Amino acid sequence: MASDKVLHVNDSDFDTTVVGNALPCLVDFWAPWCGPCKAIGPVIDELADEFDGQIQITKMNVDDNPATPGKFGIRAIPTLILFKDGDVVDKITGAVGKTQLIDLINKAL
Amino acid sequence: MDADYQLIIVGGGPAGLSAGLYAARARLKALLIEKGAAGGQVLTTDRVDNYPGFPDGISGFELIDTMTAHVDRFGLEKRFAEVVRLDLQGQVKTLFLDNGEQLRAQTVILATGARPRNLDIPGEKEFAGRGVSYCATCDGPFYRDQEIAVVGGGNTAIQEAIHLTRFAARVTVIHRRDELRATKVLQEKAFANDRIDFIWDTRVQAIEGDEDGVTGLHLLGKDGTGSTLPVTGIFILIGVIPNNEMLPLDQLESDEAGFILTDTEMATATSGVYAAGDIRSKRFRQIINAAGEGANAELSAEQYLAGQAEHT
Repeated sequence: MASDKVLHVNDSDFDTTVVGNALPCLVDFWAPWCGPCKAIGPVIDELADEFDGQIQITKMNVDDNPATPGKFGIRAIPTLILFKDGDVVDKITGAVGKTQLIDLINKAL
Repeated sequence: MDADYQLIIVGGGPAGLSAGLYAARARLKALLIEKGAAGGQVLTTDRVDNYPGFPDGISGFELIDTMTAHVDRFGLEKRFAEVVRLDLQGQVKTLFLDNGEQLRAQTVILATGARPRNLDIPGEKEFAGRGVSYCATCDGPFYRDQEIAVVGGGNTAIQEAIHLTRFAARVTVIHRRDELRATKVLQEKAFANDRIDFIWDTRVQAIEGDEDGVTGLHLLGKDGTGSTLPVTGIFILIGVIPNNEMLPLDQLESDEAGFILTDTEMATATSGVYAAGDIRSKRFRQIINAAGEGANAELSAEQYLAGQAEHT
């Protein structure tokens, strides 16, 4: 089940939604042609429910939004970048397991 | 000590999902544990053209999605978690999860799969995700109109080299031998594609780059000639290594590369424990093999459970 707690962000609202968010934000850069990106979707949804209120989980489609991935030098997806107070805390590239994603999120909590 | 499940399947690729389908239909109390992206290596395949029943081909993701829908229809219990350790000895096997939880099962099917082998050369780790890739389907579109390289000569390397010509200006295949292992249909396609070049009898020695990512490769030919190849991306598709880190190899038998040995019915050296798919020691790693082995492993597990029930 897709979680309603996951926000879809784009180039124009990235600064307000992610950089300016009071909560730490995890951004999942993905694209519809990327199998591993789609496959980690259910894990991202579970994390959004489990960490509700502690972290904002967002997704950005890199096909529709070229500017932000370019700014962060993304050349491989899925890439997940963790932001806190507008700064990059850490990032992971590749379809990693749920545990590694929890470890990543914990770096901002 | 009672078991929580009759069967636990570790891994949610084609082998695990096929085993899960058979288990759900057999109405076993079964659980499939997957650590993250269900589907494993198949997900990184742009197009599967050799799985029967899909005459027009199917994307790796769609194939897994279809297999997942199939097990869901029969109500297989699934869970996202990482198995960090297993104790397979005795009548009840214990699986230790990363959150400290322990699950007990009468039988276990190991379907943990394999992952891409690294070249283990300077620059590879440093530039991972910044020009070094192991998934052409995922990262190909980032290399539009650029010059890139593919390392390898098997089915995966050649299929993905062909796929990458949809984006890249030029794809150079670097292979350490003077002929390809890939199947003939793929070879014919690759040789006919004027955007693909080949460099034979050559190894990549190092990957170079700057703050923006990869800029080129250092090559060494069999005859000792060194050269450089300017590229912005390198796709390393040189085979796989087993996902066996969590497995108790002292309780199983494995081959030199760490793949698990089984008999023809998928039984490992430990009773009640089976292996299926890419984690199994075998010659050919294909989706269809994995699926068949998953079914076979589940049927073997069922037979074992029936035998256990008779004794109690």
